[in-house]
Amino acid sequence: MATIVQRPQLSLLERSYFPAILGGLWITIKHFIKTLFGQTKVTMQYPEQKWDSALPEWYRGAPTLVKDEHDRERCVACQLCEFICPPRAITIKPAEFPSNGPWAKVEKYPEKFDIDMIRCIYCGLCEEVCPEQAIFLRKDYSITGLTRAEMVHDKEKLYELGGVRHGLVNKWNEKK
Amino acid sequence: MSLMPSLDLFLQPEIFLVWTSALKTFVILGVVLTMVAYSVWAERKVSAFIQDRIGPNRVGWAGLIQPVADGVKLLLKENFVPGGVNKFFFSIAPSLAMIPSILVLAVLPFGSSLFGVPMVIANLDIGVLWVFAVSSLGVYGIVLAGWASNSKYPFLGGIRSSSQMISYELSLGLSVVPVFMITGTLNLGEIVQYQVDNGWMVFPAWFQTGAGLRDMTTESGSMFGLDLGKTLLWIPMMISFVVFIIAMFAETNRIPFDLPEAEQELVGGYHTEYSSMRFALFFLGEYAAMIAGSGVIVTLFLGGWSLPFVPDGSQGWFWGLVNIGTFFAKIAAIIFFFLWVRWTLPRFRFDQLMKLGWYVFFEVALINIFLTAGILAYLQS
Repeated sequence: MATIVQRPQLSLLERSYFPAILGGLWITIKHFIKTLFGQTKVTMQYPEQKWDSALPEWYRGAPTLVKDEHDRERCVACQLCEFICPPRAITIKPAEFPSNGPWAKVEKYPEKFDIDMIRCIYCGLCEEVCPEQAIFLRKDYSITGLTRAEMVHDKEKLYELGGVRHGLVNKWNEKK
Repeated sequence: MSLMPSLDLFLQPEIFLVWTSALKTFVILGVVLTMVAYSVWAERKVSAFIQDRIGPNRVGWAGLIQPVADGVKLLLKENFVPGGVNKFFFSIAPSLAMIPSILVLAVLPFGSSLFGVPMVIANLDIGVLWVFAVSSLGVYGIVLAGWASNSKYPFLGGIRSSSQMISYELSLGLSVVPVFMITGTLNLGEIVQYQVDNGWMVFPAWFQTGAGLRDMTTESGSMFGLDLGKTLLWIPMMISFVVFIIAMFAETNRIPFDLPEAEQELVGGYHTEYSSMRFALFFLGEYAAMIAGSGVIVTLFLGGWSLPFVPDGSQGWFWGLVNIGTFFAKIAAIIFFFLWVRWTLPRFRFDQLMKLGWYVFFEVALINIFLTAGILAYLQS
C-alpha cells in the first residue's frame, strides 16, 4: 500500500534557505567557541592520558606468571593452561627437579613458558584452570611489538609483568 | 663614493620599478604560499573544533608544523601515472589549476604604500577584468585533469566543474558591476581609495580613514559619513556582496558547491587519479584560489587595506606595514568564514546548484545593476 507523505508547506523565507543556513552557522560557531575555550569535553589524548585508573577490578588484560612472597615461582608445569587455551597460545616445556634434591616432591617446573600474544584472546581460562594460582590476567592491555617474535612473551617477560602475588601456595607447602 | 653610482642606477625610474616589483612578487608569493599551507592547517583545526575534536596537535605546538610534515609526505610519495592517461594534459593540468589563482594576486593592492612604493605588484587599470579573466582559467586545470585521466569519475567531476563555473561566472561578474558604477573605475587600487574616502562598500557608515576627520568640516561629511546617497547605495551593495560571496564559493569549489570533487559520489572527483606532488598542486591550488578570492572580496567590498582611523603609508612606514597587516587579517577572516560555512552546510544537489545559479543569482545580479543605476540617476538629479 502506498504511503503518502505530507510535505511541510514552507514559507517563502524558509524556501530561501537563509534562516536554516544562519541557524546552522550559529550552531557550529557555538561548538567552535566552546571547544576553543576548553569548555567541551573532548576525547582523551591516549598515549599521554590513559584510563588505567578507571579499569575495573575484574579487567582481563595480558596473562602473566606470578611469584610468591619468597620470590619462588608458583607454576608446577602441569600444562593444564596449555591444554585449555582455546587459541593454543601457551607453550610449556616442563623440566624435572632432581629426585634427590630437597624439592623432589614438587617434581616439575617450567623450563620454557611462552605465551603468544598474537594468539591470546584474553579469555582468562588459563587463570581459571590453574590449580596453583600461578597465572593471572593483569591489566596490561597495550601489548605491542615490531615482529612476531617480539609478541611472544617468554618466562622472563611473564614474571616481569606478573610480579609478586601473596596468598595460598600449594606447591612449596611441605605438608601438602 | 664608489657606492653612489650604483645606488643612482637602482633609483632610476625603470630599474627601480623592476627591482621593487620583483621584490614585491617574491614577498607576496612567499606570504601567500605560507598562508596556503596554514589554511590547510586551519581547515583541519576549525573542522575539529566545530565537531568537538582537537585536530592536529602532534607535530609542533598545536600541530603548527603539520603543513611541513604533509608537504614532505606528499613530496616523498610515488608520483604514479595510471596507464591510458593522456600524459601531456595529465601532467600540465595540476599546474593549470594552481597558476591562475596565483596570477590573480598580481593586481590586488595588498597595502597602501611603503617608502612611497605602491603596494601592488601590477597597478592595472583593468584590474578587475584581469581577475575574472585569469581566475576563470582555473577551470581548464580541472577539466583537463578530468578528461586526461581517462576514468569515469574524474570525467564527471570535470564536466560538473565546467558547467558550474560557467553558471556562476555570470553572476560573479554581474554582481560587481554596481561597484564599478559607483566608483567609476576598474582599477582595484582606486576602488580601495574610494572606500577609504567614502567608507567601505558593505559598511558605508564607517568612520572615514585618513582624511576622515578632516572631511567632517566639508559639506558632505557628517560624523559617520552617512548621508542619503550612501544609505540608498548600501542596499545594492549588500545584494552585490552576498551574491558575489556565494558565487565565489562556487568558483572556488567550496562546500556547499564542491560538486566537482564530491567525495561520496565521485570518489575524489577530478583528482581521483592523481598522487604525490601533482595531487598536492590541486589541493594547494584550491586553497590558493580561496585566498585570491578572499583577496578580491576584501578589495572590492571590505575596504582593502583600510581601517578606520588608521592613516595610510604616506604617514610613515609603520602605517604602511599596518595597512598590509590589515589586508591579510581581513583575508584570514574571510577564509575563516569559508571554513566555517564548509563545516556547517551540506552539499547542494547538482540540479539545485544549476537552478540557483541560473534562476536566482543571475537574475538578482542583473536586477541589482538596474537598481544601482536607478539610485545613481536619482542621486544625480
